[in-house]
Amino acid sequence: MSEREMMLTRKGFADALIEIGEQDEKLVVLDADLSKSTLTSLFKERFPDRHFNVGIAEQNLINVAGGLSLTGLTPFVSTYGVFLAGRAWEQIRTSVCYGKLNVKFGGAHGGISVGPDGATHQALEEIAIMRVIPEMKICVPADYYETKKAVKASMEIDGPVYIRFGREKVPVVTSEDHDFEFGKAYKLKEGKDVSVIACGTMVSEALDAAEALKSEGVDVEVVNLHTIKPIDADTIVETARKTGCIVTAEEHQKNGGMGSAVMEVLAQNYPVPVEMVGINDTFGESGSPSELMEKYGITSKNIIEMVKKVLTRKKS
Amino acid sequence: MVYPIELSNEELALKAIQMRRDIVEMTCSAGSGHPGGSLSSVEILVTLYNTVLKHDPDNVKWEDRDRMIFCKCHITPAIYSILARTGYFSPEDLMTFRKLGSDLQGHPSRFHPRGIEMSGGSLGQNLSVATGVALGLKHQKKLNRVFALSSEGDLQEGQSWEAVMSAAHFKLGNLCLFVDYNKLQIDGYVEDVMGIHPLDEKFKAFNWNVQVIDGHKFDEIRDAIKNAIAFEGGPSVIIANTIKGKGISFMENEAGWHGKAPCGEDMEKAIEELKHEESLLTTK
Repeated sequence: MSEREMMLTRKGFADALIEIGEQDEKLVVLDADLSKSTLTSLFKERFPDRHFNVGIAEQNLINVAGGLSLTGLTPFVSTYGVFLAGRAWEQIRTSVCYGKLNVKFGGAHGGISVGPDGATHQALEEIAIMRVIPEMKICVPADYYETKKAVKASMEIDGPVYIRFGREKVPVVTSEDHDFEFGKAYKLKEGKDVSVIACGTMVSEALDAAEALKSEGVDVEVVNLHTIKPIDADTIVETARKTGCIVTAEEHQKNGGMGSAVMEVLAQNYPVPVEMVGINDTFGESGSPSELMEKYGITSKNIIEMVKKVLTRKKS
Repeated sequence: MVYPIELSNEELALKAIQMRRDIVEMTCSAGSGHPGGSLSSVEILVTLYNTVLKHDPDNVKWEDRDRMIFCKCHITPAIYSILARTGYFSPEDLMTFRKLGSDLQGHPSRFHPRGIEMSGGSLGQNLSVATGVALGLKHQKKLNRVFALSSEGDLQEGQSWEAVMSAAHFKLGNLCLFVDYNKLQIDGYVEDVMGIHPLDEKFKAFNWNVQVIDGHKFDEIRDAIKNAIAFEGGPSVIIANTIKGKGISFMENEAGWHGKAPCGEDMEKAIEELKHEESLLTTK
């Protein structure tokens, strides 16, 4: 496995907010008592009068942000994904999305790698429940730099955007000057035998899997599908045509997540065999991030296994 | 026309009767809707939209307008009536209420008709929105006022109290909330379904400026608003004791008229009563 620099995606979130805040005085940031975790406390230190903490009240958090947006401000709200996307789902649906309010969501602590806090705090369902809401756009950036770019790109969009990021440091797989376009998937590695479509933390796992498989003579194409909605159907179909089989990889329930979204595109446009790497319809538990990734089957090893499986289906 | 305007209590009373006619006719034409809670809020809305709110139906995006946020959004018959009667759209359109393709959705959309500040319908959410609007205006040092209309049903939602707590915490002196307190909800008397009494003490405990009035008396509504505006230290609530179904004898204080349209003989009887009220006022 190659050595990559490890950085926090949530730091990318906070750094982007501060950079935007320097330019745009309409940006305001809202928290529900977790600013030290989400790192929006850094924004608060820099711009104390543009930070609002509503206390532990996520439903109010969403609608206060909605109200702020109605006065011409651009609110970015942030808390853990379970409380944000889950607890305040209907506020997001009915007030923000139906009303097309210009509210941005920073969904922190996504995925099982949240670790020792356990199942209650490990958001594994947000992609599914956010992507079914009309008007919502969703991005799951892969690393520090991509998170930063996604946050900046979301400010150019008039309407709700949900950006999901994790708690742990993750390997840097892009770079400061890497292209980023909201809604456009990127190939991080060209290949001809099989495509691995991944998002978030699983992008680096996919790259590791591709490297390992190279020595076994399997040429893997790695697609970083950071934007889940609107989904880049062109790139998905193009890579399916090229390699003829696909493995999806996400730190999220298999049901309804990024892999499901990919299969919706494929089934309707260019059906090919697909295998999925993700959480298998279960809750997490306490443990270290790496122990959990291993136990719940979302590492490069699992990707390798699914690549081999999908290749047998491709051949048959 | 730019509001507010000066109107006598008699003039307001005539406008209230017109609104009640609209409410009855709209719900009957739609075959559904919420007449009970619409009728209880009529005096509050007539007073606000004519004599209090700074607004211009010809310029809905006017920067200096006051903001009216509805928390009890199911009273669209009342909301659409007051908007049409103050010039946001033609009163003729009222009869398209709840019909396919109409701008007048069962619960309001922020995008139509003109004059709606915020979509709504799911209770408990829009007091938070009103709080956010007031916070945003205060943050930008703007002088616009924010008015909101809630109900005790809306206040049964836990989120409403998150908003109540935060509006006081942020010291939103630009926010004035009306509670259309008609004591009835779909399943019966509020105190039987889920008691909320004492409402005034609850708001006081949350550090709000509290007034309790008769929500059908124009003088009391006007005075309470003046007091609320004069109080700058934090948010104000005006708990308006009202009668569900007010103005139509057989609908008053009947939970059954929360979400049922008066039709046929019921409608004829209702219109007759309102015409009679009107003649009493005009022949004075």
